[in-house]
Amino acid sequence: MTLAQSVLAGESLALARLLTQVENDSPEGRAALNELFPHTGRAHLIGVTGAPGTGKSSLVNRIALHFRKPPAGTPRRVAVLAVDPSSPFTGGAVLGDRVRMRDLAGDRGVFIRSMATRGSLGGLAHATAAMAQVFDAAGFDVVLIETVGAGQAEVDIARLAHTTLVVESPGLGDEIQAIKAGILEIADILVVNKADLPGVEHTERALKSMLDLAHPVEKVFLHHGQTMTIHAAGAEIGPLWVPPVQRTVSLDGSGVAELVEAIDLHAQHLRQSGEWGRRERARLEAELESLITGTLVAQFRLRVPEARYDEIVERLLRRELSPREAVEALLG
Amino acid sequence: MTERKTSPEQGRRIRVLVAKPGLDGHDRGAKVVARALRDAGMEVIYTGLRQTPEMIAEAALQEDVDVVGLSILSGAHMTLIPRIVELLKANGQAHVKLFLGGIIPDEDAPRLKEMGVAGIYGPGTPTGTIIDDIRSACAQKP
Repeated sequence: MTLAQSVLAGESLALARLLTQVENDSPEGRAALNELFPHTGRAHLIGVTGAPGTGKSSLVNRIALHFRKPPAGTPRRVAVLAVDPSSPFTGGAVLGDRVRMRDLAGDRGVFIRSMATRGSLGGLAHATAAMAQVFDAAGFDVVLIETVGAGQAEVDIARLAHTTLVVESPGLGDEIQAIKAGILEIADILVVNKADLPGVEHTERALKSMLDLAHPVEKVFLHHGQTMTIHAAGAEIGPLWVPPVQRTVSLDGSGVAELVEAIDLHAQHLRQSGEWGRRERARLEAELESLITGTLVAQFRLRVPEARYDEIVERLLRRELSPREAVEALLG
Repeated sequence: MTERKTSPEQGRRIRVLVAKPGLDGHDRGAKVVARALRDAGMEVIYTGLRQTPEMIAEAALQEDVDVVGLSILSGAHMTLIPRIVELLKANGQAHVKLFLGGIIPDEDAPRLKEMGVAGIYGPGTPTGTIIDDIRSACAQKP
């Protein structure tokens, strides 16, 4: 039996080992991904991002618990992929997200895997998407992907996840922070965690006023040099999703039931509006693009002799070539 | 001299689970070791205080670690360690190397090593010793 077959059969050890192979981008990992790909496309990928210390890990713990013990319906199988940063100097990492997820221990319907960014920027590691695919193929209904503590520009998660939660907490910034481009734009659901702390009304108001600016009743587009006005109610763009702002307290779990309800509503919206398919397409295209880039770079490195490369770098240093001319000299 | 990578960054890193089984609440030693292993380029999964043997074995499995590092200061090591060894074996992870730190009386060391503990480190051990031992234990791995 191949590793991929054991994973499909539900063996935890095989799953853990395959995740390592995929993370290390080994030939076995690549072969297994090919074998598993037809079995993917069923799981709901949920991204959880936000600044360090907003309580992402504790919230993931609560959300997973709720999926496991729903007040009604059948429990869903939950995988958690928790990403923490690698040291830029040594490559080492301390992955500490499990500390907040101890309530999930001993439940065979939950699988938690920590991973380091290994030099990747953007809030995820290179292998995160592939590892989420493995969980998807292994039959997990939900994959919760927790990014590194994100600043303003770590927005890769929006390309990977079907539903992106941006977690804020009271006291982290005013209305001006809220209208900047970047992380808040990618939210499908905004969460104000630690809602028992003072200042929660202020944070909630800032986020809501940002949403009012971002989702006006009509949108004005520049189309072939002409401004065109599209009414939000227009049938051609389908029903709009306005990100809800949800209050939660991870300590006691209040607001989590409502949050999970909003997550399910969003999944339903994606399916009904056809957006699920569009996101799926965008995600697979992004994956294809990054694989093409990686493969071409690898081919280039194999093809160009090291001496030739060094010689071009020397000429670059002597200002005989510009960086662009150097590329032409190497690729031409 | 110019250095050029011939392939994109790839390959495995040593993954270590650092856990504190049992009921004592002193995790400074575990944190110092976690930090030292990080600075040695390893990926450390830190699980924190008051872990049961079952929680440790489950985390070791899901994280597919090469090494489990345990810190015990409560004196309960002769109860906790056999249970953890047994669970790792039951999960198909007999290959995982077990390292132990904390307050471990010398007379218990031979029996612990018999059970499969690869190294025991008391207070004052230089972190470099632990790092070297982990590296050589992982190099032996098939």
